[in-house]
Amino acid sequence: MLHLLLFLVFGCACGAGAINLLVQRHPINSALSLVVVMGSLAGEYLLLGAEFVAAIQVIVYAGAIMVLFVFVIMLLNAGEEERTSGSRVALVLGVPGMLIGAVLVAWLLVERSSTVTVAAGALPGDPQTIGWLLFHDYLLPFEVTSILVLIAIMGAVALASPPGMDASAKKEG
Amino acid sequence: MVPLSCYLVLSGILFACGVTGFLIKRNIITIFMSIELMLNGVNLSFVAFAAQWKALSGQVFVFFVMVVAAAEAAVGLAIIIAVFRTRKTLNVDYVNLLKL
Repeated sequence: MLHLLLFLVFGCACGAGAINLLVQRHPINSALSLVVVMGSLAGEYLLLGAEFVAAIQVIVYAGAIMVLFVFVIMLLNAGEEERTSGSRVALVLGVPGMLIGAVLVAWLLVERSSTVTVAAGALPGDPQTIGWLLFHDYLLPFEVTSILVLIAIMGAVALASPPGMDASAKKEG
Repeated sequence: MVPLSCYLVLSGILFACGVTGFLIKRNIITIFMSIELMLNGVNLSFVAFAAQWKALSGQVFVFFVMVVAAAEAAVGLAIIIAVFRTRKTLNVDYVNLLKL
């Protein structure tokens, strides 16, 4: 009973944050509602017994990635978005289409999926077990992601540096 | 005790909100946030299936999805800064030329 109550509380916070992200016009309000979505998703992960995933959800997503978003919004001084003819067309066609798609997917999931219930903390998702799995069964993908992150760092530095940066750096060096 | 379908419906709602935001939003940063919302919806279904089938691999895959999302956010936001520097706008309707 308590499990269901907690699921509903976090789920409602999640859905409300996601809808608020769509309704708000200013990007900073959208970013803050996305933080609410990610925080309540961490609660859902805890209900499913995934402690490690909940922790890195808060640290990486709600912490690092959202700070990056808010930083860029402040850096570019992003204002309220303006409505154009293209956005009106997308609004008229996109929202009904997505509603139909969502209803179809939800109906399929409820009809076809089993009624097996998920107990709270049914699975030991502690860091020790995850770490063992990560460094034994998934060692190669883990190493490949380290290369991916390295390339992403170099790409971000190369893309975000101003155009005249290379010449001046060479002159000074 | 919560049925698995509840978690899947919540994850579907998040994904649908993400796709809708991707379609109707005109600000490039908000579009990017909608993509993050879609990734979060997928992560929730990964964890829910992992809990149902008692397989921890689902949680490891969530870890990989988060790494890819972090890399994507870093590169994407750098691209947004580069676009803003050349176009002086964040509205995607005005970003319609490959070369200025």
